[in-house]
Amino acid sequence: MSGFEVIAAGVLSLLQDNGRFGQNALGLTTGGAMDAPSARWANRLLGNDNNATLIECSVGGLQLRANSSSYIAVTGAELPLSINGNSAELWAVHKVQPGDVIELGMVNQGLRAYLAVAGGFAVTPQFGSVSTVLREGIGGLKGNKLQTGDFLAAQPVNQLPRLSLPLAYRPQFNRVLTLRLVEGYQADSFPSTERQRFYLNSYKVTPQADRMGYKLAGTAIRSQQSQLLSEGICYGAVQIPPDGQPIVLLNDRQTLGGYPKIGSVLSLDCALLAQAVAGTELYFTPISPEQAHNALCLAKVRTDAITSQLVSL
Amino acid sequence: MSMGMSKPQYQLTLAGENALMLYFDQRIDPAISALVQQACELIRAELAADLIDVLPSYASVLVMFNPLRTDHFRVQAQLKHSMTQLQNSDSRSGKQVELPVYYSEESGPDLALIAQTKNISIDEVIQRHQAVSYRVYAIGFAPGFAYLGEVDPILQMPRLATPRAKVPRGAVAIADRQTAVYPAQSPGGWNLIGLCPTRMFNPEQTPAMPVSVGDEVRFVAIDKAEFLRLGGELQGAGL
Repeated sequence: MSGFEVIAAGVLSLLQDNGRFGQNALGLTTGGAMDAPSARWANRLLGNDNNATLIECSVGGLQLRANSSSYIAVTGAELPLSINGNSAELWAVHKVQPGDVIELGMVNQGLRAYLAVAGGFAVTPQFGSVSTVLREGIGGLKGNKLQTGDFLAAQPVNQLPRLSLPLAYRPQFNRVLTLRLVEGYQADSFPSTERQRFYLNSYKVTPQADRMGYKLAGTAIRSQQSQLLSEGICYGAVQIPPDGQPIVLLNDRQTLGGYPKIGSVLSLDCALLAQAVAGTELYFTPISPEQAHNALCLAKVRTDAITSQLVSL
Repeated sequence: MSMGMSKPQYQLTLAGENALMLYFDQRIDPAISALVQQACELIRAELAADLIDVLPSYASVLVMFNPLRTDHFRVQAQLKHSMTQLQNSDSRSGKQVELPVYYSEESGPDLALIAQTKNISIDEVIQRHQAVSYRVYAIGFAPGFAYLGEVDPILQMPRLATPRAKVPRGAVAIADRQTAVYPAQSPGGWNLIGLCPTRMFNPEQTPAMPVSVGDEVRFVAIDKAEFLRLGGELQGAGL
């Protein structure tokens, strides 16, 4: 069978796609690539389906050996990439031959790198998605993270344009973030003085940050509502528990929760947050649902326009 | 309960860039739960392919749509239109499900504590737990974890001060006015009263769950032999 063998799994490598949708009513979370725009670039560069299965490698350390001809692209966090010991460019398509060893070093900017192969990895989906959710034991290979010795099937590919994303279009990580937020849920239960404090002061990413959510530390804010019937939590929802420190709920969030929420962070900014390490400083800024909608549509137009201009090396 | 005279009340609230919340009267009540169930069906039919997911809970529905296909204005108008078809109706519209339980001190380590706290016999705890038909109000916390209500007030117990690191799959448990069957081994702070051999979540089966929101559940006591015959496991339950 053609494909790739996992020589070293690295710190945390998970098979992902865009996520598992339509299954929240069973209590299944969404999962999916945490930095979706970077993951989609890896697939776009290779001409893959937008939802093709790839590897999300957090912190780094992944090594694969190709056993057939293929092409790869690595995007997302900045880390050293080498093929047979020769340094290779990120955000670019590279040819690999049987026996070639692909090695991802440790991240030096950002947190999660995305490795895609031509045609995507062939993995059987569960509940409509390949996304690995470790807490649920669902997706990936038997619900697990990648392990040494795992084999990832992929079709051999012998011809593909060697596209790369120009430097100017690659995202910058490791900077102060401004998270755009659509106010919603129990926003009205936060007095205006509390909301002002929330938007004027900076927060820092704490070490309690994972695929479920990012706990922040900064000025505590209080809701006038304490008790709430458990209700559905959408991607990017900002939950304020009794200690007043916000938690931004991300891909692997629990589907229901009973803490007050002030609104939800724009998905484009959730992706940047997912690349932020502990200590990263950030601000929240409110936007209208119309502004949010514009931002999403413009991001799509921009990505399509850049894609149409890509030239082969 | 009033039958169709007054129109059901709801509130529509923003949740996020592609999400809206539909709130009904914020209480745990079979009539409210029936509205939630109806609303979900209407929303699925009305939004169809524009929908990413619909998530019901006790008294709310989270509606998530594809923002590259539709927008807040259109979805709000569609939701308002759908909700005109909402009717106060018989709350018992879901299916009836029986779940067998092996109640014993061996399989339910908190039975004695509940009996002692409430000054009743263990047998009475078991009888009272079976005497009620429970409604599935919400599914969450973990895949297949169904929140069932409401428990006989006499059996109402707070969550354990220190949650157990390991609650076995199938554990039947009580917390406040709710009861549930743990769908998989996990940490948990509910009071354990028995073990259910029925799998509450099986990814290999379709449907993956024996119940969905709005269904009615009854617990039926079985003995140890029957529990084992139905595939229940005591070894490895770690109790």
